[in-house]
Amino acid sequence: MIATLANPLKFMAFSRWAAPALGVVAAILIGWGLALGLAAPPDYQQGETVRIMFVHVPAAWVSMLAYACLGAASFVSLVFRHALADAAARAVAPLGAMFTAMALITGSLWGRPMWGAWWVWGDARLVSVLVLFLLFVGYIALRASIEDEVKAARAAEILALIGLINLPVIKFSVNWWNTLHQGESIMRAGGPALAPVYLLPLLLVGAGYSAAFGALWLARTRGEVWRRRGAGLTLQTALS
Amino acid sequence: MTPLSTLFRRELSLAWARGGGPLLTVGFFASVCLMVPLSIGAAPGRVSAVAGGITWVGLALASLLSLDRLFERDFESGALDLLNLGPLPLETICAVKCAAQWLASCAPLALAAPVAAIGLGAKVETAGLIALTAAIGGVAFAFVGGAGAALALVSRRGGVLIALIVLPLLTPPVIFGGAAIANFAAGLPWTTGLILLTAYALAAVALTPFAMAGACRNALS
Repeated sequence: MIATLANPLKFMAFSRWAAPALGVVAAILIGWGLALGLAAPPDYQQGETVRIMFVHVPAAWVSMLAYACLGAASFVSLVFRHALADAAARAVAPLGAMFTAMALITGSLWGRPMWGAWWVWGDARLVSVLVLFLLFVGYIALRASIEDEVKAARAAEILALIGLINLPVIKFSVNWWNTLHQGESIMRAGGPALAPVYLLPLLLVGAGYSAAFGALWLARTRGEVWRRRGAGLTLQTALS
Repeated sequence: MTPLSTLFRRELSLAWARGGGPLLTVGFFASVCLMVPLSIGAAPGRVSAVAGGITWVGLALASLLSLDRLFERDFESGALDLLNLGPLPLETICAVKCAAQWLASCAPLALAAPVAAIGLGAKVETAGLIALTAAIGGVAFAFVGGAGAALALVSRRGGVLIALIVLPLLTPPVIFGGAAIANFAAGLPWTTGLILLTAYALAAVALTPFAMAGACRNALS
C-alpha cells in the first residue's frame, strides 16, 4: 500500500477519490457523534459544559497524531529523499497547528466555566499542547524563511525529527512539573471511567476528526504536488 | 598542537570576541533580571518568591543572544567549507563550536546567575546550586541552541527564527533547573531535578552534533 502510494502518479489517482470519500466519512462520524453528544444527559458535576469535551478532546488527540505524521513524513523524506514525503510533511504542518489551536481555544472555553479561569497552569495537558503549538509554529516559520526549497525541506526535516525526539521529554517534564507544584490536581487524576453515554460520542467524534484530518492532509498534499508541477511547467514554458 | 585543540582555541577566541562576547550576554541577563521585578511590582515577598524562576528565564534568553553568529560568520567567510574539507568530521567541529560557546557565554552566565538570584531575594544558601544548575543547563542551551543556529543558517532572518525554534525545545531544562532550585529553597528533595537536568544536557551533547552537522551540510551543499 505504502510502496504503491509512494509513486506520485498512483498517489494522485488514489487521493483524487480518497480525499473526498474520507471527507464524507468525517462529516457522517462528526455529525453522528455530535448529535449523540447533544442528546446525552448533562453531567452531574459539569452540567451542560461537559459537551465541550466532544469537540475539545478529539482536537488534542489529532494534534498529537499530526505531529507524529509530520515526524514520520520527515523521517521518510530525510532517509529516502522522497519528494512526495516532503510534500506531505509540508502539507501537514499548518493542519497540525490548526488542530492544536483548536484544542487550545476549546480547552480555554471549557476552562472558563469549569475552573473559573481561561487558562490554568495546573493542567499539564494544556501546557504541553501549548508547547506542541509552538513546535508547529517554529517548523512553519523555518520553512517559510528559507527561499531555496530543497534546503528548506532538509532543514525542516531535521527540526521535525529533533522535535519528535523532544516531544515525549517535554510531555514528561510538564507532567513532572505539574505534580511538583500542584498539591491536589484540579482535574481528577485519571478520574472515574467515562460513562458509555459520553464515551461513545467522544470516540465517534475522535474517529471523525481523524478522518477529517486524513482528508485535509490528502487534499493539501495534492495541492502541494500541483504547486510544484505548476512551478516546473512555468519554467518549462518560459524556456521553450 | 593537535587539530582538535587548535580548533577549540580558535572557536573560543572567536566566541569570546563575537559581538561583545560574555560582557554583552551578562549585561543582557542583568537587564532581563532588572525588568521583571519592575514589571511585577516591589511588594514584599513577591519578587523573592520567584527569584529562581526569573533567573532561569534570564539564563534561557541570554544564552540565545550570541547563537546567530555561531555558524553564520564561518559560513559567510567560507571557513565552514574549509573545515568541512579538513580531517575532523563535521560532527566534531559542531560539538567543539558549542563547547566554546558554552565556555564563552554560558559559564560567565553561571557565575552571574547566583549574584542576580540573591539580588532578587533568593536565599544565600541556594547560590551554589544555582551556579551548578546554570552551568549544567547552559550545556543544554548551548547544544540545542547550536542545532537551532545551524538550521537557521540558510534562512534570511537568523536571530528571531533561532529563538522561535529553540525556546520550545528548552522547556524541559528550564522546568528541571527551576524545580531543583525551588525545592532546595523549600527544603524538599531536590536531587531529582538536578539529575533530570543533567540527563537532558548529556543527551543534547550526544545527539545534537549529528543534527548540526546535517544542517551545516545542507547549508553548504
